[in-house]
Amino acid sequence: MQVLKNIESIRNDFPILNTKVNGNQLIYFDNAATSQTPNCVIDSISDYYKNLNSNIHRGVHKLSQLATEKYEDSRRKFKEHLNANCTSEIIFTSGTTHSINLVSNGFIEFLNEGDEIIVSQLEHHSNIVPWQMLCEKTGAVMKVIPMNEQGELKVSEFLKLLNNKTKIVFINHVSNALGTINPIETIIEKSHAIGAAVLIDGAQAAPHFEIDVKKLNVDFYVFSAHKLCGPTGVGILYGKKEWLEKLPPYQGGGEMIDEVSFEKTTYAELPNKFEAGTPNIAGVIASGIGLDYINNIGLKNIKEYEDYLLDYATSKLKEIEGVKVYGESKNKTSVISFNIGEIHPYDIGSVIDNLGIAVRTGHHCAQPIMDYFNIPGTIRISFCFYNTIEEIDFLINALKKAIKMLS
Amino acid sequence: MKIKDIQNQIVEEFDIFDSWMDKYEYLIELGKSVPIISPSNKKDDNIIKGCQSKVWLHADIDNGFVKFYADSDAVITKGIISLLIRAFSNQKPKDIIEAKMDFIDKIGLRQHLSPNRANGLNNMIKKIKFYAIAFSKTN
Repeated sequence: MQVLKNIESIRNDFPILNTKVNGNQLIYFDNAATSQTPNCVIDSISDYYKNLNSNIHRGVHKLSQLATEKYEDSRRKFKEHLNANCTSEIIFTSGTTHSINLVSNGFIEFLNEGDEIIVSQLEHHSNIVPWQMLCEKTGAVMKVIPMNEQGELKVSEFLKLLNNKTKIVFINHVSNALGTINPIETIIEKSHAIGAAVLIDGAQAAPHFEIDVKKLNVDFYVFSAHKLCGPTGVGILYGKKEWLEKLPPYQGGGEMIDEVSFEKTTYAELPNKFEAGTPNIAGVIASGIGLDYINNIGLKNIKEYEDYLLDYATSKLKEIEGVKVYGESKNKTSVISFNIGEIHPYDIGSVIDNLGIAVRTGHHCAQPIMDYFNIPGTIRISFCFYNTIEEIDFLINALKKAIKMLS
Repeated sequence: MKIKDIQNQIVEEFDIFDSWMDKYEYLIELGKSVPIISPSNKKDDNIIKGCQSKVWLHADIDNGFVKFYADSDAVITKGIISLLIRAFSNQKPKDIIEAKMDFIDKIGLRQHLSPNRANGLNNMIKKIKFYAIAFSKTN
């Protein structure tokens, strides 16, 4: 496997992987929260502020032009990566949460009292709360696709929820808490059949496999750069041109205007209409570099390797007495949520943190999932292509030490 | 025993242990003897916000001395609250209000606490102080 062969070289690209935490080598298993950053991305940000810093789209001077070119080059990279029709369909935001709020806010214009919108029980709070706020403002009603014991969506129940009052369906491509890959192709097809739009939260999908928005025929697809080896503070919102043209601007200010007077202001064309103010220029440029880095390795290779780590870790975990894994869909990414007997996940996380192991414990901003399983939270390990089998072995030993201490 | 003396005693006890593992084990052991909150008081109103685990804290006053009771579904948190209760239970409201709270730092636990835990710890301390303030006004 190609990635395995040059894993040392890949790990050397990530300076933070040499950090010590509490006197121990860092073992970073919290990639679903954020991925680590390779030197090329760090250098890009540094290079921007050393050699290029200039506001974009508005200056005639050289630096401004160069910065604008690099910024727009990043947009082109994401357009090609997603197989979008044009760069106008790629909007840079501050993150997935911002992107979802942008779209949900826009839907104020399209929802009336009694209209319905559909969410799933597997969602991250960022794909629940903005829509709840929308319902409060419009009187629309939110329906929920239920999940099953394997952490999968009950598609048959979803089909019963769909009706001519349904205006938009918004679900995650991959569950952040469980790793389940949802059947979004079916959901998109069925939603469109009754005239509903679909937004897919791809935050946990984009780092692991290729996304073709044309093939998916999705209306909105959102994800964050910082989970794809990019910096924090950058989100990518893909929207079909006809939808983005219909949605009203989210934030007003500079850049998103055509003409401004106190009598009337008109708005800029796409994508600027949704990019008010000075963006995170360094971040957007660096996000494109992060995307290049990932594509150089290849997402097919990444998925294959991460599946290998997932299978290995799952089987090793299950050898530990008392381990319960949540979300065992046959179709999932490299995320494992589990508990050990009656031990609180927080206790386990605390102890292994002292051994340098970074995992996430708690509800993972997915309280509905925790409520379904009637648990306070889980320990979540989430892999990236720079993790190793040796790190998993270390984790297993650390867990055994923790269990001994906490039982 | 005065609050300050109890706090110093606790710090000395933890000083014996060099490794974080030994400190944790001792903390967990101490948590086992926390005065347990009564079932009737183990309700949502008495949950301390900001902790990743559930921590219940309740107090009453008896002859001018505040008595704290607690429980948690996580053993490390139970240990932490037991230290606080050991320092501040059976004390007068005025003494609790005026007491310093930095002995936890001296144990070396705060460096092992994630921001969630640290926030929970701050909220535990706040709640203890609020109880003391409330009792000082009614007394």
